[in-house]
Amino acid sequence: MTLLAVLAETSETASGDSRMLTICMTFSALIFVIGMFGFLTRRNMIVMFLCTELMFQGVALAMVTFSRLHLDVSGQVFVIFILTVAAAEAALALGLVILLNRRRQTLDVGAWSEIREC
Amino acid sequence: MLNSSLFATLSSVSAGDGHAETVVSAIPEAARPENMTWAGLILLLPAISAILCGLYACLGIKNRLPGWTTVLALASSFVVVCMLYAGHEPGQPVVIHLFDWIDFSWGSKGAFENVTANFALYVDDLSLFWMLFVTGLGTCIAFYATEYMDEDRGKGYSRFFGAMSIFLLAMSALVLGDNLVMLYLGWEGVGLASYLLIGYYYQKTTAIDAAKKAFIMNRIGDLGLAIAIWLVWFNFGTLEYDGLFQALNLYLPMAEDGTLAGTQMGDAPLGWTAYLIPWFLMVGAFGKSAQFPLMTWLPDAMEGPTPVSALIHAATMVTAGVYLISRTYPIFWLEMEQGGYALATVGWIGGFTALLAATIAVKQYDMKRVLAYSTISQLGYMFMGLGVVQTFGACFHVYTHAFFKALLFLCSGAIMHGLAGQLDVRKIEGLRMAKGWKVVTWTMFIGALWLSAFPFTAGFFSKDEILAQAFVQEGPGFRALGWIGIITAGITSYYTFRVWFRVFGGKTLRIEPGPEHHGDASSFHPHPPGWRIKAVLIVLALGCIAAISSGYFGIGHWIKGMVSNSSASWGMPLHWHEGDTPFFGGDPHVTMYYVSGVVGLLGLSIAFYFHLYNRKLAITLEHAIQSRMSIRWIPRLLEKKWYMDEIYNATVRIPTWLCAKLLYLFDRLVIDGILVGGIARIPMFIARIFQPLQSGMLQGYATTMAGGVSLIIAWIIWTMSKGGG
Repeated sequence: MTLLAVLAETSETASGDSRMLTICMTFSALIFVIGMFGFLTRRNMIVMFLCTELMFQGVALAMVTFSRLHLDVSGQVFVIFILTVAAAEAALALGLVILLNRRRQTLDVGAWSEIREC
Repeated sequence: MLNSSLFATLSSVSAGDGHAETVVSAIPEAARPENMTWAGLILLLPAISAILCGLYACLGIKNRLPGWTTVLALASSFVVVCMLYAGHEPGQPVVIHLFDWIDFSWGSKGAFENVTANFALYVDDLSLFWMLFVTGLGTCIAFYATEYMDEDRGKGYSRFFGAMSIFLLAMSALVLGDNLVMLYLGWEGVGLASYLLIGYYYQKTTAIDAAKKAFIMNRIGDLGLAIAIWLVWFNFGTLEYDGLFQALNLYLPMAEDGTLAGTQMGDAPLGWTAYLIPWFLMVGAFGKSAQFPLMTWLPDAMEGPTPVSALIHAATMVTAGVYLISRTYPIFWLEMEQGGYALATVGWIGGFTALLAATIAVKQYDMKRVLAYSTISQLGYMFMGLGVVQTFGACFHVYTHAFFKALLFLCSGAIMHGLAGQLDVRKIEGLRMAKGWKVVTWTMFIGALWLSAFPFTAGFFSKDEILAQAFVQEGPGFRALGWIGIITAGITSYYTFRVWFRVFGGKTLRIEPGPEHHGDASSFHPHPPGWRIKAVLIVLALGCIAAISSGYFGIGHWIKGMVSNSSASWGMPLHWHEGDTPFFGGDPHVTMYYVSGVVGLLGLSIAFYFHLYNRKLAITLEHAIQSRMSIRWIPRLLEKKWYMDEIYNATVRIPTWLCAKLLYLFDRLVIDGILVGGIARIPMFIARIFQPLQSGMLQGYATTMAGGVSLIIAWIIWTMSKGGG
């Protein structure tokens, strides 16, 4: 809530704009990095998938921020697209995870490491 | 007994009576009747029989049906040949067109502007003469084989008679074909049939080896023939005999006058390649007729069933070379008129082969091998006859030889059949005393007399025609060649009767059973031949006797007529005149009867003395030779066939094998190893560098990707900050 209050109060002025940008971009980068870090470190396929969703949201936040900054609606339209695609892709990915789980009786992504060259 | 008036009669017959001295005549253009396609039955009947035999084999028929089918087909074929002969006008070739086969033409479709080789028959006196004994003997021998092959009924019986039918089909195509391509077709066809029949006992390694040897050695000759056929087209612009002979009718008188050089026919000059044709034809003929140096396949071909040896490897197929040269004699003649030595070479190779093979036959113990070498030797005589310009003698000898050699082979087949495969002359004695062997004994005696050219037999007349001509015809060393022939005649007489006296003579009956006999040797009894074998032997013996008539007192001297009415007419012998070089003080055609008669009788008496009258002395002599270092290599050399197989092994087979091995190694190491494998290895090595990146760990890929993206972004920021700064 505090973040929204800061946004509301700073949206009128140029310095407010700059502060909002800093806070939003920092927050966006934070979410993206958390997602990436999670993706790189966790071995559970569902968690890895959740992490990719986190990275999506980080990017989406950056989009919305720039949309507000430039007062251009196309960034927000793009976010709507991202959300839609992510939802569709979530259905697909979770189905894939279930299939992979059935094959190996585990969610560990290391179980599939033999699909490699040589 | 040998009174001179009789010989005077003989000589007047053999020398002809008052023919024109000029031997060169034109070959008339062939008639092309429309209504004679029935002659195609000569080829069609064996073809049908071959197909039926194949069918019987598929159906698994166990009775004698394939045999009788073949006999019937061949006999009908013989009847058709006889009908053709009855309606034949002497001297007038007839072309009977059956169907179009190879027929291309361009331009104005004249000579050099077409390649025509249709399925047509060239019926003239020479081809009829050949067909008469080919189909006649084929029928007799197929009839004999119905009994001989009885034990194989249901197994190879259909296969055997199928191959026999294929042989007769191919031989008819060879002899009757109206162009060189059809001759080549038949030439390869008889080679195939020969291969199939030599390898008839396909479980025996020796039989398979012999079949392959025969086929491969024949290929060498076939290559020569193929080149010759190509050269014929190249020089004469046609492959059909009719067109070829018309062209030669033009060239030969010019060659006689010495005006041929530089003349042109059509749009191509008769170049030097025309004079190579006889040499290549010769190679083909020597391959098929087992002449030096391509002779070693024929003795091995005795691995086939004996009727095959009789028909294919004695009477008919091996005479195809003689037929080829007789048929294309004008080309040889042209070459000789232009100063070439092709005919003399044919004669010399023939004489040399005759002597070589005869010496080998002296020291062989296998009856069929003796006969095989005598076949080579007699074929040598035929080529000698062709070489000394005596085509009539050569063809006459082909004819008499076909009868007596087939007879001898069939007799030895009867012995082999009855004695469980025994053929060794050292292990049989006094067979004439066994019950049921009278017919074989005396028909083989007739065959042996004919082969050894005993006076007044058919073989005597045909051989003397050739030998005498060697002393009449002018040519390089022909007199020496004649003497080689006379010596060979003596050796022939000796080895033939050596076999007969050893096998049938002697005071006691003593037989060791052959390799096919199982059980106690003492309980062995030879089983005498049945009526079909005997009937064929008697028919052939009668044929031998009847063949005398064609050499005797001029009773229908039809062979001379037939040969002189064909393309072989250029090879009609020149006559001897007072003032020419005499042979024992007179006409060689007269005196040769005395000389060769005496030499033949001498050989016969030596055989009689050592192999019948005083066999102990033969053993003593053998020991005496063996104990002397200086001469004991001679019998060994003869027994080992002059080491010809070994020499070929060392000079041809091993170098070829080494060459093949070297090429194989080159292929494996250089082509496969460096070129193919080496190039394939380059991408493999490059791939190996990057392979560790593909670890299969998802996080690894993600890290790489994240790192890569970060680097790109860092680079963009860096360049932007630089640009901005």
